Amino acid sequence: MSYYFAIIGTQDNPLFEYEFGTSKQGGDGQPRFTEQARHLNQFILHSSLDIVEEVQWTNGQLYLKVIDKFFNNYISCFMTGSNTKFLLLHQPTAGPASSATGATTTSSSSSSRNSTSVGANPTSPQTEEAIKNFFTEVYENYTKAIMSPFYKVNMEIRSPIFRQRVAAAGRKYL
Amino acid sequence: MSKVAANGGGGGNKDQIPVVVGGSSSSSGGGLRYPSNGKTIYHRPINRSKTTELSQASFAYLFSEMVSYAQRRVTGIQELEKRLNLQGHPIGLKLLDLLLIREPPRSQTRPLNIITLLHFLKNNLWTHLFGRQADKLEKSLNSEVPDQYMIYDNEPLVNAYVSVPREMNSLNCAAFVAGIIEGVCDGACFPATVTAHSVGGKEEGEMWPEKTVFVIAFQPEVLERESLIGKG
Repeated sequence: MSYYFAIIGTQDNPLFEYEFGTSKQGGDGQPRFTEQARHLNQFILHSSLDIVEEVQWTNGQLYLKVIDKFFNNYISCFMTGSNTKFLLLHQPTAGPASSATGATTTSSSSSSRNSTSVGANPTSPQTEEAIKNFFTEVYENYTKAIMSPFYKVNMEIRSPIFRQRVAAAGRKYL
Repeated sequence: MSKVAANGGGGGNKDQIPVVVGGSSSSSGGGLRYPSNGKTIYHRPINRSKTTELSQASFAYLFSEMVSYAQRRVTGIQELEKRLNLQGHPIGLKLLDLLLIREPPRSQTRPLNIITLLHFLKNNLWTHLFGRQADKLEKSLNSEVPDQYMIYDNEPLVNAYVSVPREMNSLNCAAFVAGIIEGVCDGACFPATVTAHSVGGKEEGEMWPEKTVFVIAFQPEVLERESLIGKG
């Protein structure tokens, strides 16, 4: 199970990117995207922004759950109040190892992943809850980041501490 | 708004400044990027206890400096109000997220229509900034400008110690608050123009001589979207 997380600003501009793997079920927290998939991920997230714009006016919640699916890539979305999007691409490894992107074949070797693992079933309530917790924690840190008087809207977030916090949230919940 | 300044100015900048200082200070572990005690804004709690308020005197002092800063090299009152408005705008953009995250999880919802947004302004924003709700919310009855909304404040905190000279009597320094409101509206995808006008002081012995109205004029696309959402 690998994750690609991105924060997208109001002008559809990326503010922050982070790749990580699962830490549950004995995962080592390393992403297993192939080099090709890593580039593709950015396109997948970008294309899902259209769907975000459709969904955001029908649902006032911050957490919009899984909004888009591209072959075996699921995209969960979280809208902040000021229209910044948190997008998480997750790629369940259970099932046929070859998704259309040809990614994550290396991680299929670990036998411990079964249907109960977080993310094996991307639309189950447990997974939704785990992703929600992850997003909520990132949102709190994001809000702290924008509180800086030197931060203007749509600026890239470069703080190493912010990155550490996102990594910690990923380890904790996903 | 005194709280905002405290929250933002307290220690948030330390890890955001890109290291531009050449040479010595950036190479060592300390310097500008990391505070000496290792605590950044990420280590501070995002919630504040109800009692943390700053003194009005210190805010009034700061605000008077902001007004005189804005007044430098301006040609007219409109430009001065524009500058005050611009000072408030980024605060509004940031406050939106801060106020949402401080809501209890069940009521954490993004405003989707004008009415919820206005209630958010009147209740949450006003309570956060001034410790009380705004006094009145109104929709324009003028049929020529049907999409204008008004928020009334009987005695705006920012104007508490402001005496406007007679030759500038159309000036209202609450343009700063109007900028904050405009920032919140823009951030929530409701682009609008917000202006502050004095409506009190017209007659003798009035109860609220400082009464100010904030006129919120939404862009046409907001109203177009509003009608579409209402149908669906």
